[in-house]
Amino acid sequence: MSNLQVSVYRYNPETDSAPYMQEFQVDTKGRDVMVLDVLHMMKEQDSGLAFRRSCREGVCGSDGMNMNGKNGLACITPLSDVVKGNKLTLRPLPGLPVIRDMVVDMALFYKQYERIQPYLQNDEPAPAIERLQSPEERDKLDGLYECILCACCSTSCPSFWWNPDKFVGPAGLLQSYRFLADSRDNATSERLTDLEDPFSVFRCRGIMNCVAVCPKGLNPTRAIGKIREMLLADAT
Amino acid sequence: MVTNITSFGRSGLSDWLIQRVSAVVLALYTIFIVAYLLFNPDLDYYAWSGLFAQTWMRIFSLLAFISLAAHAWVGLWTVTTDYLKSTNVRVGAQMLIILAIFIYLVWSIQILWGA
Repeated sequence: MSNLQVSVYRYNPETDSAPYMQEFQVDTKGRDVMVLDVLHMMKEQDSGLAFRRSCREGVCGSDGMNMNGKNGLACITPLSDVVKGNKLTLRPLPGLPVIRDMVVDMALFYKQYERIQPYLQNDEPAPAIERLQSPEERDKLDGLYECILCACCSTSCPSFWWNPDKFVGPAGLLQSYRFLADSRDNATSERLTDLEDPFSVFRCRGIMNCVAVCPKGLNPTRAIGKIREMLLADAT
Repeated sequence: MVTNITSFGRSGLSDWLIQRVSAVVLALYTIFIVAYLLFNPDLDYYAWSGLFAQTWMRIFSLLAFISLAAHAWVGLWTVTTDYLKSTNVRVGAQMLIILAIFIYLVWSIQILWGA
């Protein structure tokens, strides 16, 4: 079996005037390894190659990247899922400023996450025990709390590409709904007031790129629909 | 909070609702016109003119034209804020679009009640 041909986005702002694609030949010994393993094999050939990784099992969300045109986590994406014609093209997450090679500046992504106030707010006196939830109330948080903030969804969303400073993006909105849906949070109307402008929620056109790429199988589009329903119910 | 002064309803929620309601009106109007043309293959000027001489048809048409105006304003405003990054170009394009929508709306009222 011939070597895997890998094309990787390279850019070092200190030495390169423009980004370029570097070609690698990687011998995977015919095994169906993960894309992250291939990155490590390339780093053995060129130790200057920069990328983020940490847990290497799809929990930390560090190695989100664009593999043959589709965002995903390199550590849990087997070659058989993405490689076409023995070729693999790796690029950083689209739409965010590149710091170096595959490493992007996530400041705007985190700013939008911070904006939706991702913490429980409750101004009632704390009870002697925990704030209790019924099993049904707890069920509403399933499919929301599992997000690992890898940014695969928001950086595959054209609305986030064009207006990352104003549109919260699918990841932020999924977390926004996680707190809107929480029976223990009573800042619901303040949260909704901050979202009713034409950009924060309503710039979503429902194309569902976020759903297609989420490595955890979550559905931000459904959460955005629920936020719209809550806004409508609150204002009419 | 993000605010806007050139969007149709000054609120994302209001723009969103207006766009969906106007889309339903436009769909009903389109279905009606297409069905009318299909069921009247020998349509002449007098039948067409007679249709638009009736008050309910004028109200239905004006409702559709107002819906089209609102729908176009909301939709094109979104397009300009996505793709036109220079403030001068964006505001200029928005003013042109709003002016054109106003002209077409007044013109359509003149056509409906002028004949």
